[in-house]
Amino acid sequence: MHERPRLTPIQINRDLMRSVLETPLVFYVLLLILMGLVGLGVVAATLLVTYGLGVTGLNHPVFWGFFIINFVFWVGISHAGTMISAILRLTAAEWRRPVVRAAEVMTVFSLLTAALFVVLHTGRPWRTLYWAFPYDFVRGIWPDVRSPLVWDPSAIFTYLTGSILFVYAALIPDLALARDKTTGWRRSLYGVLCLGWRGNARQWKLLNATGLLLSALILPVFVSVHSIVSWDFGMSLVPGWHVHIFAPYFVVGAVLSGVAAVIALMAVMRSLFRLHDYIRPEHFDMIGRLLIVVALAWAYFYFIDVVFALLSKEEAEYEVMKLRLSPPYLYLFLLMITCNVFLPVPIWMFRRFRRNIGIMLITSLVVNIGMWLERFLIIVPTLQRRHPDAFAWGDYSASLVEISLVIFSFANVGLLLLLFSKIFPVIPIWEEKEGHIWKREFRIGKLRLPAIVRE
Amino acid sequence: MPSVLGLFQSADTAADAADRLQASGFGPTDYEVLTGAPYPEGAFGEDSGDHRLFIFPLGGAMIGFAVGLMVTAGTQISYPLITAGKPILGIPPMFIIMYEGTMLGALIFTIMGVIFESRLPNLSNDLYDSRITEGYVGLVVRCDDDAQADTAQSTLTEAGAEEVKHQGRS
Repeated sequence: MHERPRLTPIQINRDLMRSVLETPLVFYVLLLILMGLVGLGVVAATLLVTYGLGVTGLNHPVFWGFFIINFVFWVGISHAGTMISAILRLTAAEWRRPVVRAAEVMTVFSLLTAALFVVLHTGRPWRTLYWAFPYDFVRGIWPDVRSPLVWDPSAIFTYLTGSILFVYAALIPDLALARDKTTGWRRSLYGVLCLGWRGNARQWKLLNATGLLLSALILPVFVSVHSIVSWDFGMSLVPGWHVHIFAPYFVVGAVLSGVAAVIALMAVMRSLFRLHDYIRPEHFDMIGRLLIVVALAWAYFYFIDVVFALLSKEEAEYEVMKLRLSPPYLYLFLLMITCNVFLPVPIWMFRRFRRNIGIMLITSLVVNIGMWLERFLIIVPTLQRRHPDAFAWGDYSASLVEISLVIFSFANVGLLLLLFSKIFPVIPIWEEKEGHIWKREFRIGKLRLPAIVRE
Repeated sequence: MPSVLGLFQSADTAADAADRLQASGFGPTDYEVLTGAPYPEGAFGEDSGDHRLFIFPLGGAMIGFAVGLMVTAGTQISYPLITAGKPILGIPPMFIIMYEGTMLGALIFTIMGVIFESRLPNLSNDLYDSRITEGYVGLVVRCDDDAQADTAQSTLTEAGAEEVKHQGRS
């Protein structure tokens, strides 16, 4: 990109391998904090498995609570990673280089965390295999492929496998570099993982072709995954969920929360690993522009959802929406809409704010608070008014076990990302070097302007 | 079979060395260019050969589709329980799982394809230098005999190679 400083391959290696080769004190501090929070989650999960779903706040008629909210939230977060990476690769956008790996890795860890919550939600994790795996183990009953709850595992498994392969393919040259820069067991490990990569012209040519192929293949999967997650709701006959726009609405919401999470991750990486020459204000500027479009698209879908429920005069739908728009949920609704649109979008309109990393970090976190609330508002009030008769209405308040496991999910993704950064470079080193190979300067009158040859 | 590796500090001198090698009678397939980042194809006049990577995802997609069909149709026919009056073999829900199977097959086979076509895993002990990942360009010349290796070595040295290594000479 135009603000990229001129760096030699040796400088790039040194800067981008720093997180792998050096271990600052802050790494250990973060590691301890995150491990402590993950430990809290392990204790909560142990209680859940030992005593069953009775330790949660789930009760008739609200049988989907924090676990499913968190599942949808983390599947959403996982969306932007691969989407950003795939779209930017396909369009050969030069500013993708420092962003793609962190985004792809976040996809993998978010999906793993999301999948964990479905397993926890069953209350009997060991039996999940019977319900989802397409094999008759002991009971003579096969999973019903006509149920959206069976579509989910197939979509998530495909997306997770594809995302892991996507990360690995682009990681191979950097693993070869790590092999050349390390000694002892680490050298052996990287040597095995890089499969004996040499960096000849044929290998580079194939790697570039693979990046494009995988991008083209994973984009339709990315759309299908959150569509299928939305059908967990949309295919049911529950008022408030049985809505035909749920699939695109969920996909756009996922992109909004995911892109915001990528911004937060970039800001943290830049500060933690001193990557100021690589993750620059211009990157935040570019993603900020993208976020304006996505946030407004999300607002449009949300508006349609609300208006249809209110104007259709269908009693059950109306009742659910009325509950969502009445206190106390009204306050959550206002907070959500403020977090997702009214606060961040006007800020992102200004270039100087989009280039201010602190402001971008805060707004991206605010958006994710809003998106978590959005999932809460979709699930909980709807189930409270699931039945038409008032005597079958109910309430929900999350237990400490559920709250602990939500905290665990954030710590878990953070911990996995931190450990990844200790083992693998968080920015694709070969892609960064490729950017320097293509960078040239040209003169117009008295000006010397930087340019990328391919753009 | 002897081989010679010349290390060059810049891409321009490496491209010049490649020209000299061709002038000395070596063909574009007789040498291999090693770099730490991808250069535009043909930057060193090398021949990286054709590949059939694009066939792999197609094959994978077909296998994935077949497995998806088998899983969806097979499980329902094995236990034909009618639920909510829906047909045993409902096309829309089957299509979703077959679609995911198709994409999964294509993704997995793409990676298998790139590994196969890149000749990985490479377990041979070919000439290599870790400075290649620091920006050096390596030219590895595969020779038929020692006399050809001598020619390659002198050509690379004259072209400005910072260091020339060899392997497999008698």
